Amino acid sequence: MGIISKSRKKSPWVIHYDCTSCNGCDIETLACLTPLYDAERLGIVNVGNPKHADILLVTGSANKRGAHVLKNIYSQMPDPKVVVAIGACASTGGIFKECYNIIGGIDNVIPVDVYVPGCCPRPEAIIDGIVQGIGKLDEKAELMKNEGRGI
Amino acid sequence: MSINNLLIAFIAIIAAPLLGGLLTGIDRKITARMQNRFGPPIIQPFYDFFKLIGKQGIAVNQTQMVYVLGHLLFAIGALVMFVLQQDLLMLMFVLAFSAVSLIMGAMSVRSPYSKIGAQREIMQMMAYEPVLLLMVVGVYKTTGSFMISAVFQHDKPLLYSLPLVFLSFLYVLTIKLRKSPFDFATSHHGHQELIKGLTTEFSGSQLALIELTHWFDLVLLLGLITLFFAQPLWVGIIIALICYFFEIVLDNISARVTWQWMVKVTWVAGIGAALVNIVWMYLIP
Repeated sequence: MGIISKSRKKSPWVIHYDCTSCNGCDIETLACLTPLYDAERLGIVNVGNPKHADILLVTGSANKRGAHVLKNIYSQMPDPKVVVAIGACASTGGIFKECYNIIGGIDNVIPVDVYVPGCCPRPEAIIDGIVQGIGKLDEKAELMKNEGRGI
Repeated sequence: MSINNLLIAFIAIIAAPLLGGLLTGIDRKITARMQNRFGPPIIQPFYDFFKLIGKQGIAVNQTQMVYVLGHLLFAIGALVMFVLQQDLLMLMFVLAFSAVSLIMGAMSVRSPYSKIGAQREIMQMMAYEPVLLLMVVGVYKTTGSFMISAVFQHDKPLLYSLPLVFLSFLYVLTIKLRKSPFDFATSHHGHQELIKGLTTEFSGSQLALIELTHWFDLVLLLGLITLFFAQPLWVGIIIALICYFFEIVLDNISARVTWQWMVKVTWVAGIGAALVNIVWMYLIP
């Protein structure tokens, strides 16, 4: 594996999907890409295209209207892929948990690997969540190979 | 073909992607510094490449990979023709085949983003192909031959007789590299109106091969700049690197234009400048 495994850690491309967020977490997520935090120094690029992405960042709680979109984006991403739930809403449903249109946290729709709590989480916490997600990419690749979907 | 030629071609095929990848990495670093960011490591493009190789292969249809391979192999062919100092006119046609392969690949899928990207790429080809052909005509008029080897045997650098052709080639280079004012076929930043344009439906190793082709193209185009200053080769290489730096600056200071604007200006100013140069050479031999 060697070089591919190392490259996987050095080049995580992210896609950001807003489920039912109040935009607080979205602003903090995009703040990671600004010159102050500069996530690109870790190789993190916001590609905006599920077919190119390795890490799916989801903000906001899952709702009944948006669940199939989230599922669609997730299934378009090629393996190995990791999902990071950003903020209290994405993790558990947050203050909207009891609303009639809310399913709850996004883990009710797709499997989540890293939870970043906070309302909203600081950019440092989000970058930390992505870096923890990078750590999980290798075991995902192992899983992919065992299931015979590898290269 | 002698064993010497085979060796040169082999070295070029190995060295060009390394050089191209490194130049792309330096491009990303300089761009980041210009935006007051720290930027990724210089070998970041290689990390991206190997990561993409290791991704799950998702082909949208059966022919997609054929077009990607066509894109790559024609680009390699053009580079081999360049290092073996073959026919410049033929090289331009092989290069055009490479670009057409990518367009066919992008057209073969059903995504509207990919299709619009491909159509914009056709517009780009329509803009830059005449200028490239006029450049070849200018080289023929100066050296009396289409062969690249004749350029190296010519006693003066081409620039002395083709200054306007060089300027329009520099202009066309921005379109060919898909740099900022003309990056509408596939934008650098995916979260825009066309997602990733041309490359939207390519993933994993297909995207890696497109990236590899881009490195080959970059080296070939910088090589073509070198041709204008061919007498001492190192002067040409330094000028080519300065031109590349100029492209990076232009990439950072300009916003995207519309394709109508690009076609209009390239045809009027680009073809105009190149034609004036060639007509002038006929009038004052």
